[in-house]
Amino acid sequence: MIALNIAWTHLTSRKRQTAVSLVGVVLGVAFFLAVLALMRGSEKDFIARLIDNSPHITVSDEFRTARLQPARVRWPDDLVEIVGLRPKNETRGIRGWRYRLGQIESLPGLRAAPVLVGSAVLLFAGQEQGISLSGIVPARMRGVSTIEEKLVEGSLDDLEANPGGIIIGAGLAEKFSLRRGSTVNLVAGGGSNRSLTVVAIFRTGNAGYDESQTYVLLKRAQLLLGRPDRVNRFIIKLADASQALLVASRIEAMGTYKAVSWAEASEDILNVLFVRNVIMYSVVSAILLVASFGIYNTLSTIVMEKTRDIAILKSVGFQARDIRHIFVLEGLIVGTLGSVLGLLVGAGLMQLMASVQIRPPGGTAMVNLPVWWGGEQFLMAAGFALLSCLLAAWLPARKAGRLHPVDILRGAT
Amino acid sequence: MSVVLRALGLHKILAGDVPTTLIKGVDLEISAGEFVCIMGPSGSGKSSLLYLLGLLDVPTHGTIELDGVNTQGFNDAQLTQLRLEKLGFVFQFHFLLSEFSVLDNVCLPMRRLGRWPEAQCRERAMSLLTRLGVAAQASKLPSQLSGGQRQRVAVARALANDPLLLLADEPTGNLDTVASANVRQILHDLTRELGKSVIAVTHDPKFAAAADRRINVVDGQIDPDWQPL
Repeated sequence: MIALNIAWTHLTSRKRQTAVSLVGVVLGVAFFLAVLALMRGSEKDFIARLIDNSPHITVSDEFRTARLQPARVRWPDDLVEIVGLRPKNETRGIRGWRYRLGQIESLPGLRAAPVLVGSAVLLFAGQEQGISLSGIVPARMRGVSTIEEKLVEGSLDDLEANPGGIIIGAGLAEKFSLRRGSTVNLVAGGGSNRSLTVVAIFRTGNAGYDESQTYVLLKRAQLLLGRPDRVNRFIIKLADASQALLVASRIEAMGTYKAVSWAEASEDILNVLFVRNVIMYSVVSAILLVASFGIYNTLSTIVMEKTRDIAILKSVGFQARDIRHIFVLEGLIVGTLGSVLGLLVGAGLMQLMASVQIRPPGGTAMVNLPVWWGGEQFLMAAGFALLSCLLAAWLPARKAGRLHPVDILRGAT
Repeated sequence: MSVVLRALGLHKILAGDVPTTLIKGVDLEISAGEFVCIMGPSGSGKSSLLYLLGLLDVPTHGTIELDGVNTQGFNDAQLTQLRLEKLGFVFQFHFLLSEFSVLDNVCLPMRRLGRWPEAQCRERAMSLLTRLGVAAQASKLPSQLSGGQRQRVAVARALANDPLLLLADEPTGNLDTVASANVRQILHDLTRELGKSVIAVTHDPKFAAAADRRINVVDGQIDPDWQPL
């Protein structure tokens, strides 16, 4: 209590110096917070774009490792030599897909949709274009894919209502000058041929995707591709995308089919993000480190100015520990005040940045700066500020605690 | 009379390339209620001796017994605690904390000791200030006081925790004649009325004349043949 009293008096009796180091901490915390929010925001934005445009997990009718011969499975440790064997022809598609889909859906926090993917050629007015054909169940697709949000014309309901309907991308529509209601001819790999009506058009912004991806009803795709009641892919959306790796390995463990998470599929990009984070944290930490020098400077000055006070306090019976407490408290007071004010200023900066709209070069739409309002970055900013203030205060405090009263008294008298 | 402080064979040697001997072989006993003056030429080791007796410094050899407690081998924290409980200091320069009021300055040692609740600390501080005639200055800052008043406040602070022994290093060194006489009288009265022991280092013959006993320190030793004028 006395230590706090003395600490507070030291700080308030030299207001200008205290204010300068306080401003240092405030700015440090505010910039730390603002930069962190922007970087985290852009990272989240980036990952959201990355993972929202593709499923969190894709289960396909492939296996991660080649299947073993039954003899190898039966006698794994023995020498088995089988020559001239060909593996059994595996039926394409996921076997027992309804059962497996049910199994996957029993896991918590995910939604899955069955898809039959194949390729086809689209014919229109004498032109042809190879396309990827996805047979979907619109109702199931809704919670799993962002396709519905990307529709610029029509809706998934239109596809549901029209068994002869097809959804195409904006790129393809522009290329062949198709619009809703246009009829196109589709030749599938199996050779079957069918004319379909364009019921909806999507635009993802990815040119390759917009030109070659199409959606039809699952039943229609099965007929076209000649694979009745088959599905060769499950696409899965998780409530928490960061769990994808874990869930994917669980799915793989239960079904043997290959389950690829978005994290696995875009590992290179995640590595880049990780490196970017390391750089960002080093830079923003440096801001706070610089701010803490202000505190160090102020407290060192106080210790130098107050050697007589320290000497008298020690001679009347204040322990070295009590003296250290005084100066550590001074650092903590500046750190706490600075953190609180810094968080407020930082939140203001974030608000300001979030309201800024910029037009990216070559872009058509205005873009808001992605600011992330996570609670832990506020805690991190305050925690890091307090820690650096504590460190900055500790050195002068230790010095003050070590002052020997006799040395000072001798010099003074 | 009971012995408050007993020093035996005190030596203080400062280490260094050429070790300097400040104190060599001082034996000293201070009784309760005794007013002792340490005199001697500049650089003779008076202040060094006072710091040793006041447990501010640790002797290289020898022992100091304060109130029956042998302090040999005590660490800094233990010595500090003893100072807090049993000793009071007055220096040539008043050494009051400039940002705190007179009352707060006197309360500081009591708050550190924690023997009395806050209200009682203030009460005790006020009665000490009253006794020393500076009660009217209680809420002022030290800078608003005259030199003599500051020194009296410093005496009040030294008495805050009801010490056995008061150590004063040139307490009147910075004061004019009137203020000096006043402080001298106060220290003298403390021994007579409150039974405190006082050890004071001084150059001032008038001050020394008020003491019960005068010790002359020359070259770090007590001069046994010295007679006060």
